[in-house]
Amino acid sequence: MKSIAVVGGSLAGLSTVRALRAEGYDGSITVIGEERHHPYDRPPLSKGFLKGGLAAEALALGSSHEYADLSVHWLLGERAVRLDPAARTVTLTGGRELRTDAVVIATGARPRTIAGAEKLAGVHTLRTLDDAMALRTDLHKGLPRVVVIGAGFIGAEVAATAHAVGLDVTVVEAAEVPLERALGREMGLVCAALHADHGVRLLCGTGVAGLTGEGRVTGVRLTDGRVLPADVVVVGIGVRPATGWLAGSGIAVDDGVVCDAGCATNIPGVVAVGDVARCPNPFTGRSERIEHWTNATEQPKTAARTLLSGTSAPAPTRPPYFWSDQYQARIQLAGQVRPDAQPRVVEGDLDSRSFVAVYRRHGHDVAVLAVDRPKLFNRLRRTLTPIPVATAPVAS
Amino acid sequence: MITVCRIDELPPGEALRVTAGVPAPIAVFNADGTLYAVDDTCTHQDASLADGWLAGCFVECPLHAASFDLRTGRPTCPPAKSALRTHRVTVEDGHVVLHVTVGEPA
Repeated sequence: MKSIAVVGGSLAGLSTVRALRAEGYDGSITVIGEERHHPYDRPPLSKGFLKGGLAAEALALGSSHEYADLSVHWLLGERAVRLDPAARTVTLTGGRELRTDAVVIATGARPRTIAGAEKLAGVHTLRTLDDAMALRTDLHKGLPRVVVIGAGFIGAEVAATAHAVGLDVTVVEAAEVPLERALGREMGLVCAALHADHGVRLLCGTGVAGLTGEGRVTGVRLTDGRVLPADVVVVGIGVRPATGWLAGSGIAVDDGVVCDAGCATNIPGVVAVGDVARCPNPFTGRSERIEHWTNATEQPKTAARTLLSGTSAPAPTRPPYFWSDQYQARIQLAGQVRPDAQPRVVEGDLDSRSFVAVYRRHGHDVAVLAVDRPKLFNRLRRTLTPIPVATAPVAS
Repeated sequence: MITVCRIDELPPGEALRVTAGVPAPIAVFNADGTLYAVDDTCTHQDASLADGWLAGCFVECPLHAASFDLRTGRPTCPPAKSALRTHRVTVEDGHVVLHVTVGEPA
């Protein structure tokens, strides 16, 4: 193997480059990045960076010194539009073709939005540095009334940041219980209570019918008929994996690139990593995409070994892990919460918003959740065990 | 010099965060009987290394798993890029004593 193209220039792409070099690969590596920026850290975009006082340079994941060591050819501001595995080519916008022996799919995901959003100024999604710069500019112009659509982690973090800069914030959530899928009903309610603790309105069980305004947004119309006045609207309703460019390639796609546990796709010489990759996970007993930062740093090590050895090489899997910082509270979750997993507080208490809870399912500790208790959290996350095959549900 | 605690209050595998009398918080570790002290705040993002996972003379950040060598303060893997300042720590009359280093990390 003499050449590898990494399609996607964010954390998963960079981590794959690092892993390939760490495994001793000394051929050429080209990174195709749709954004014009070198890889940067996305988590601060909804927190410190959005608040202000943090320069874009501070988000850089690597340094020019490291990139020189890694010997990477960067194609930034370039978008891959087609993959032809038989010809071993990646086609870029404008028709330029790149020949390559192997391909790493690290194209991540794009935010979902709502109808009409693209026609109105003041309506934002938040995924990229450019998104964050645009939103930051809008949030710091006067004292805009902010409506956040979606009380997931991105929405909650943006709401907390907007609140911290002194703005009036309302969060609208279609589900009755925010974060239920990630944390379960009981803990979803506990974490969502952080909004009320800080005087941020949270409206649950209310869908969004549309946006009002001409040229610039003036409000959010709810399905119950109410209109929430808004100068800035942030849509945080999840993402779709960026797989459109793989149409016609023969790569199996099903809400993400379908991979085995070693990140191998159905086509030899093509692996996938990060938010876009759907892999079987022994901790969840399912094949799924994991949209977490930590996954984008761990999975590439597996993918690099698979690509270089030519044999799919599953790694010992660690439980999925993510964190969220909202209103000075640090939420950490490891493992996977299913609706029938029962949480039990093992340290602290819910009312003080400082606790550790362990979720049990089928007699096993399957997840641990902490708010502002990192020490015990990190001990307990290491005690979580994969779901035994006998009790693992059949993949759907 | 800062007297941190009695040595029996910092058993092997444990860590303490020192905030009084220091310019920035310092974490003191007992790594299998050897004491180390480094800046407490991870050089990547805001997290306390005293809350981290201690393995030998390495500590893993509790937030993003950056790892630091407690002997040198240097990061051993991403996402941290900069070193922590290290501080001398001794045991005197059964007490853990911290000698704060001023200046740049190694």
